[in-house]
Amino acid sequence: MSWEVVIGLEIHAQLTTKSKIFSGASTAYGAAPNSQACPIDVGMPGMLPVLNQAVIGKSIMLGLALDAEIGKRSVFDRKNYFYPDLPKGYQTTQFEFPIVGQGKMEIELEDGTKKIIGVTRAHLEEDAGKSVHGLVPGQTGVDLNRAGTPLLEIVSDPDMSSAKEAVAYAKKMHELVQYLGICDGNMQEGSFRVDSNVSVRRPGEPLGTRAELKNINSFRFIEKAIEIEIERQIELIESGGTVVQETRLYDADNDTTRSMRTKEDANDYRYFPCPDLLPVIIADEDIEAIRATMPELPDAKRTRFVSELGLSDYDATVLTSSRAMAEFFERLVALTDAKDIKLCANWMTSGFSAALNREGLSVEQSPVSAEGLAGMIVRILDNSISGKIAKQVFEAMWKGEGTADEIIEAKGLKQITDTGAIEALVDEVLANNPSQIEAYKAGQTKMLGYFVGQIMKASGGQANPGQVNQMLVAKLK
Amino acid sequence: MMHNLTIKQMSEKLRTGEFTSVQLTQHYLDRIDEFDTELNAYVTVTPELAISMAEEADKKIAAGEAELLTGIPVAHKDIFCTDGVKTSCASKMLDNFIAPYDANVVALLKKIGMPILGKTNMDEFAMGSSSESSYYGPTKNPWDHKAVPGGSSGGAAAVIAAGLAPMATGTDTGGSIRQPASFCGITGIKPTYGAVSRFGIIAYASSFDQAGPMTRSAEDSAWMLNAMAGFDARDSTSLERETPDYTAELERSLKGLKIGVPAEYFGVGLDSDVSDVVKTAIAEMEKLGAKVVEVHLPNKDLAVPSYYVLAPAEASSNLSRFDGVRFGYRCEKPTDLEDLYKRSRSEGFGEEVKRRIMVGAYALSAGYYDAYYLKAQKLRRMVRDDFIKAFNDCDVIMGPVAPTPAFNIGEKSDDQVSMYLSDLYTIPVNLAGLPALSVPAGFAQDRPVGLHIVGPYFSEAKLLNIGHQFQQVTDWHTKMPAQYQ
Repeated sequence: MSWEVVIGLEIHAQLTTKSKIFSGASTAYGAAPNSQACPIDVGMPGMLPVLNQAVIGKSIMLGLALDAEIGKRSVFDRKNYFYPDLPKGYQTTQFEFPIVGQGKMEIELEDGTKKIIGVTRAHLEEDAGKSVHGLVPGQTGVDLNRAGTPLLEIVSDPDMSSAKEAVAYAKKMHELVQYLGICDGNMQEGSFRVDSNVSVRRPGEPLGTRAELKNINSFRFIEKAIEIEIERQIELIESGGTVVQETRLYDADNDTTRSMRTKEDANDYRYFPCPDLLPVIIADEDIEAIRATMPELPDAKRTRFVSELGLSDYDATVLTSSRAMAEFFERLVALTDAKDIKLCANWMTSGFSAALNREGLSVEQSPVSAEGLAGMIVRILDNSISGKIAKQVFEAMWKGEGTADEIIEAKGLKQITDTGAIEALVDEVLANNPSQIEAYKAGQTKMLGYFVGQIMKASGGQANPGQVNQMLVAKLK
Repeated sequence: MMHNLTIKQMSEKLRTGEFTSVQLTQHYLDRIDEFDTELNAYVTVTPELAISMAEEADKKIAAGEAELLTGIPVAHKDIFCTDGVKTSCASKMLDNFIAPYDANVVALLKKIGMPILGKTNMDEFAMGSSSESSYYGPTKNPWDHKAVPGGSSGGAAAVIAAGLAPMATGTDTGGSIRQPASFCGITGIKPTYGAVSRFGIIAYASSFDQAGPMTRSAEDSAWMLNAMAGFDARDSTSLERETPDYTAELERSLKGLKIGVPAEYFGVGLDSDVSDVVKTAIAEMEKLGAKVVEVHLPNKDLAVPSYYVLAPAEASSNLSRFDGVRFGYRCEKPTDLEDLYKRSRSEGFGEEVKRRIMVGAYALSAGYYDAYYLKAQKLRRMVRDDFIKAFNDCDVIMGPVAPTPAFNIGEKSDDQVSMYLSDLYTIPVNLAGLPALSVPAGFAQDRPVGLHIVGPYFSEAKLLNIGHQFQQVTDWHTKMPAQYQ
């Protein structure tokens, strides 16, 4: 008998603000414990929250990108529970009236099929601090640097029916928030956290009991964890057991999930509107003003790259895989006056991407700028260097040896186009290979390639291959 | 005697050099030494801070940089965080808490150069109407040491009544400025919600809490409110509007003033002597040219039940931060996290605080939220709408502050409901967020009685004008208990 899988995701995206959602303390990652926790973050007596207005525009931007309803009046609520990393004894969040309402997002699977995933809502909230173990032997410390960091919690409808769909959705959301510039997407630092709600059921039956998989910081592990959890639930039910509602942790080392807490431990959060904060009122003009500042979204950009720039679907997809990549590419095209868009695309998708991958760098971290790469492509276009020499030039640029022109000059890589110089090279090679000439003349025309190779080698790769070819054919007649 | 002067007179004498701020401050410190052991109105006295601030104030005065209140000492209710000074909220929970910052109000008065005499006693976390729930023991009423001074700002009212400070800050969540003002025969005003910043005031019920001045006269309160009020970006509920000059209308005539008197306020439960005092005071207003009209506040009885759901609900959340982890009281030798929480809170909070936390948590819990919290919010709107409607027919509403004069210490401490009901006239004003004044209007059973004057939003200047005009023709506000004169 078959099983149906039902998955919904809750994604916490940390918004890119300099200061916290309700205080002026810095949100920078990695500072000494509690060095970025001000009295408001620590929940000191008498301290009051003041909303960082920057989070509103960023949230609305996501809402617009998801074609969602924008909460014209959103309200901050208090979610009450005790935990050492929660300084005030409540988390300020949005419960009944979120800033972003129902929206949707289209995902595409590897086989090209498309599916619309509903987005239930996205609401603003403050992050908690974290417990630190081992800093003081035998005791648990609390680091409140993260307390008050702004989060946008994006809740999907339970619309995904496989681990692959879930990951496709998560990746697309990951790409989107970075495109919009509202989240840096850094999963290792916890800027983008995915919690998966997984359940199984027989077709046609009501929803099964779900388990929540928390704190998984890579897409690969999210996929594996969901797959394992699906298997676990199916096996459990088929062997007569029942799934309990609980939070489970994925253990990457043993490739299993294990229970963290069950529903019995659940708190009654006693939500109520936070009396220290006023409702956030959004006017239509505010929404339109934000819409006007929105960057081109990845789907639109991809379509435009194909229709206007004449790129292949593959190139368009690679070149829009991140906003930084797309912006780098568009800048490159502009700097080379769009003389050879395909050449620019090829360099981006092969040489440039390969170098980034090799060193594990992001586009932003590339040692070669769009200006630098454009300087090299211009030299290919004006025949100063061949495509092959360009690879050498690129590597030298990557190592920081200078601009394309400086490297070409310093290494003497400029293409030889002087007919006399090329003729001398051709004559030298022909003189050294009499037997091969015989063979060629006997009908082995592929010997031509051999001669070209030898000449190019003798020129250190700098001879213009077209001219060499032409001259050889003439001389061998 | 210095302590019998009005603030304006004091200010004048400081400027003409008749006495210095150090001398004035020392005078109050001496009186505190002499009387406060018995009265217990101060939780903390800060003589060194006071004198050093007075010295600074004297320099300012000498340099001609003084404002009207420069050099005049002040006592802060122990709910206002005061940098480097213990700020306990009269709770064991915060007995060890030295605030590392100033509340906005404290900072404003510091900047003017008002020496801080100390921190005044109160009901624990401002929860109470008698100042008996203080961890440091009850404050006595200067008029009768057997009586309570009212609460929660009982210490503040007592220091003004006894001449142990010329000005004091208070907070009013359900009547905590006005009721002790009435019980101690002083003047106190609760401003419109949002007029004075709540930043640095330890929260009891955030949507009600409002700070205000407690002084001898309406004129003194007007000067002090000028110094306390104003927009503060650190408090999101602070009102972003220009701060008026609260002294501007003091001298206006009351001719033509329409006083609304709600018949509902003079029914069963109101002490007949108190009723007489209030009616006589209103008659005095008529002599000054005011007219009395009857108004109705039909939902007044809904106010106390609504308040005792909403205020504890907010308090249950506001007081969650006192968990023994980062500051305040921590139990001895906790065995684990849960034990740390449970014992720190059980041992650190007093009975009334725990009672309100439990009531509030209950009202917010799943399954009861609609029936209690949401219903109470609805009642809150009905009570507010009553006032708005009544103000269509009158300029201000007058009535009693409390149904009785000050009761005896211990008299109501075992009967919470009767204690809660004693706030029936003050609480509706907090539900609506309106400004209201209490001015001394006479005596009942030899204990002071205040007149309650409630106005529309932002009518503080008008209320103080009425209080001041009343105090031009009466002398209740100048009276002091014999032993403190």
